[in-house]
Formats: sequence, structure tokens, C-alpha cells
Amino acid sequence: MAWFKREKAPMAQAEGKRVKVPEGLWTKCVGCKETLITKELEKNLNVCPKCNHHYRISARQRLDLLLDQGSFVEFDAGMVSVDFLAFKDSKSYQERINAAVAKGGSKDAVICGEGKIEGTPVQMAVFDFSFMGGSMGSVVGEKITRVIERALEKLTPVIIVSASGGARMQESILSLMQMAKTSAALAKLREAGLPFVSILTDPTTGGVTASFAMLGDVNMAEPKALIGFAGPRVIEQTIRQKLPEGFQRAEYLLEHGMVDLIVDRKDMKGTLSRILKMLHRPA
Amino acid sequence: MAAQYLEFEKPLVELEQKIHELMEFSTDTMDLKTEVAKLEKKAEQMREDIFANLTRWQTAQVARHINRPFTLDYVSRIFTDFVELHGDRQFGDDHAIVGGLAQFEGEPVMIIGHQKGRDTKEKVYRNFGMPNPEGYRKALRLMEMAERFQIPIITFVDTPGAFPGIGAEERGQAEAIARNLREMARFKTPIIVVVTGEGGSGGALAIAVGDRVLMLEYSVYAVISPEGCAAILWSDGTKGEQAAEALKLTAKDIKDLDVIDEIVKEPVGGAHRDHDAMAKTLREALSRNLKELKTLAPEQLVEERYQKFRKMSRFVEM
Repeated sequence: MAWFKREKAPMAQAEGKRVKVPEGLWTKCVGCKETLITKELEKNLNVCPKCNHHYRISARQRLDLLLDQGSFVEFDAGMVSVDFLAFKDSKSYQERINAAVAKGGSKDAVICGEGKIEGTPVQMAVFDFSFMGGSMGSVVGEKITRVIERALEKLTPVIIVSASGGARMQESILSLMQMAKTSAALAKLREAGLPFVSILTDPTTGGVTASFAMLGDVNMAEPKALIGFAGPRVIEQTIRQKLPEGFQRAEYLLEHGMVDLIVDRKDMKGTLSRILKMLHRPA
Repeated sequence: MAAQYLEFEKPLVELEQKIHELMEFSTDTMDLKTEVAKLEKKAEQMREDIFANLTRWQTAQVARHINRPFTLDYVSRIFTDFVELHGDRQFGDDHAIVGGLAQFEGEPVMIIGHQKGRDTKEKVYRNFGMPNPEGYRKALRLMEMAERFQIPIITFVDTPGAFPGIGAEERGQAEAIARNLREMARFKTPIIVVVTGEGGSGGALAIAVGDRVLMLEYSVYAVISPEGCAAILWSDGTKGEQAAEALKLTAKDIKDLDVIDEIVKEPVGGAHRDHDAMAKTLREALSRNLKELKTLAPEQLVEERYQKFRKMSRFVEM
């Protein structure tokens, strides 16, 4: 005998009467599980108005967000990766490149150019995480190095917005060398007294964190962004321990002295502009 | 040394044992010299055959061989008056990286290298050659000292990678590696790097930015370990063999991509079979390269180092 008597009919019967909601109109927030109107989420810069969860945004959206309207000029847009090792797992690297390019966004994982932030000219690189996980191969390393070299030439600050899984395995040793190359270029920038602000967004890991992304005069992060060297899964498998709450999140890095500040997306441009105006005072 | 051998070395090791036994049997009445000589010749041929045709995965096994010479094995054979210097002056002393001053051909040098252990106790003490941030910061402190006193830097690279641990992340593993990359690019003193065993990713690179980068013949160098690569690509860490092939991680592969300057020949059968012979060959290579670098003015040295890494990429521009 059942302990409780079921008085109402099962819910299933109501199914037919339900108003069908067109897909994409609502978004259930991954942060607070609240149901949000997608349009409003987008209007709020893809940040949940309820819990401040920062969703990932595209490189183009980021450029619009940070640069003065119409000021962006893209460079090196035609640079394309090549499968020089004939690297193959389930698919060849070439197929992966082709598929990523065919998505119609950018031709590789970073968009570079120059623009203005509240009037201050900057050289800028923004990662596109949707292109092979924002991984850094020859193209990414070369484009970022050129950004820094252009800043040296034009005497402007450098801004890099990272979102990357790290070095691109399919280019093996050459992707590793991009870490050395980009960091070496930053040594020159530092000597020249030009500021570099590194913005770390969700997620920034591996060889990107272990090179330019951690080398900002100012390291800025978005709330709750995953930032680290080794991936959490690798660490867990190595030490066979549960990871602490909030491990490798922006707030955790702030607490351990690895980033200067955490800035909400809506305040990013203003904060950036204030810092640049104080660090960069062209003669 | 313990009788450690790799699977593909097995026939060779068996033959060598047989020779050894025969030699013990050999007496005045029963002379087996001719027999022994015949077998020795066979063994030599076998050694050459096996090592001339190593697969990439087998090369990685040789690079990780437990009897392969580690940094301190080279230090005692190539240098004199070694004074080990400890600690990063901030947190602690990392046993996975050793460093210190030594004399090399009548001149002081700064030595920095990953250090692995041979028995279980030492392996743990050296954390399997996987440094924490304080290891990289110790290396940086010593390299800064070398620059200040105009002493050349020689580094020995042999690590599976930087240690993936909670403490390492908390203390800024990424920042420590990144800072070394930036600073090594601008030190106004010669830097020679030798990949002696495993060149494992960022953990290797953090002491591997130099004017000359050499690799021992059977060492490996890659952006990720074969097992790590396999775990990501096939969700199966046991497919290291396939991953090693895909990663193109041997000295010859890396030389073909112009990432290193020179391959240092190993004794037949690998460096683990003859530490003294390996050290002798390496000493000659170090001596020659150091002499060349000493002719360059500091500014020229730094600019050439920059251009060397600047060129490392493959892409097309449309």
C-alpha cells in the first residue's frame, strides 16, 4: 500500500495544452538557472542580469564593446594555418582548419588590428574561442607578435583579450615556440616603455596563460573566468584529490595575487581607458 | 646499475649476457676468445641496427630511460668546482631544478637543469623532474645573477613538464614560466640550451630560450607529452605510440623545422650505455658553441636571439 495517495492526475496530460515556445527565445542561465529572455541577455552584453554570469562572446562583439565606434582597422586577416606536419587524429589538421574557416568567422583564432579606446590609439588582439578553442599555432603567435611590433613602431599601448585552450597540439613544437616568440616581443615593448594590458576571459589556459597573457603591466579578468596553466582534469588525475571550490576562477587568482583586478564587462572599456590615460602619455 | 632495459633492447641485452657468461667460462684450457669476439661483433651490429631504426615512440622511451644521464651526471663529468645554489628567495627550493656556478674550460658558467631521480626515493625527492613555480624562479634568479657578472648560461632540459598541482597553480606556474620566457629573451650573456632527455612543453621551454639550442640524438621535444596528447585526441592515454608519431618529436624532426641548431650524436645504443662518452661529445659541442657566441657583442647576441625565435612559424598569407 502506498504511503501517500496520488490525488492529482500525472502532469503528462497537460503536455498538449502547453504553448510552444520558439527555440532560442528563452535562455536558462547556466549560472543561476533562472529563465531569461535571450534578447535581454544579449542587450545586457551577454551577462546574466540576475547573477552576473558572464557568457562567452565572439571576438567581433568584444571589439565593438571595447573600441570607439568605427575606429577598428583589421590587419593580417588573410593569414592562414597550414598542416605542415600532416597531423592526423580522427580528422586531419587540414580538415579541422577548413571546417573552422568555413564557419565564416575569422580565418584563425585571433583577430588583430588597431583602434581607439576613448580616443587613445591602441594595437589590439582579440581571441576567438570558437575557432579551434582559441588555440595558438603559428598564425596566432605571428599575428600577436606583429601587434606588438606595430605598437613599437607606432608607439601605442597593446591590449590582448585572451580566450584560449593553450598551444595548438597539431603544430607541435612550432606552437610551443610561439610562447617564446610572443614573450620575447613583449620584452622589447617593456624596454620601450609602452604599456600592455592583458585581459583574461573565460577560459584562458595552457601555453597562452604561460606566455603573454600573464605578462601584462596590468592583468585584468572577467568575473568567474577560468584561468590557469594545467587543466583542472589533469590536476585532479595527477594529485588524485578533489579541487578546492572556485579553483582557477578569476576570484581565486585575484586572491593569490595573479591578476590585478576583476572587471565587469560593462565597465571594461571605462576601466581600460582610465588605466591607459595614466600609463600612456605620449610626448 | 640495475639491469633496466627497454622492450626493444631485449635481444641485445640477452646477447650481451651470453657474452658475459662465456667470458667467465673462459679459462686457459678452454679458450673461447674467438667465440666471444664473434658474438661481440654480432652485438655491435645489432646495437647499430636497433638504434638506427627507432620509431618515434621508441626514441621517447630512450629519452626517458632510467639510466640516461641527468643534469648532475653531466655536471660532474663536464665541469669542475661546481657550487650548487639553492632557492628562489621567495618561497622555497625546488629539487626538480638544480643550478649553480661551475668552471668550464677555465671560465665560470652558470648551470641550470632539470633533475630527475633514479631510485624511488630520489624520484620522489626530485618530483619526477617536474618543477613547481619556485624552480623556475630559482632559475631566473640565477640567470639574472649570471648576466650581472657576465657569465654564460648553460641549461640542461629534461622534464615531462611543469608540475600540475594545486600549489603550483596558486603560486603562479603560468606566470613563472611566462616571465622566464620574456627575461631569457633579453639577457645580455650567451645562453646555450641542451635538450638531454624529455623536452616537455612549457615546463621545458621555461629554461630553453637560448642563442644555441642543441638536442641529444635520442632526446625528444614537444608541446605536450605523447600520453597527454593521446588523452586529449583519443580520450585514451595508452595511445602514446600513435601520438608520438603525430607529434614529430625527435631531434631530427625538430631540426627539420629549424627549431634547434644542432643534434649531438649519442654513443651507439644510447647515452644511457656510456655516460662518459656522452659527456665527452657534449663537452666538445658546448665548447665550440660557446667560443662562437663569445665573439658577439651583447646587443648583437640579444638581437640575433630575438630573430632566431621570431622566425619560428609556418603559415600562408593570402
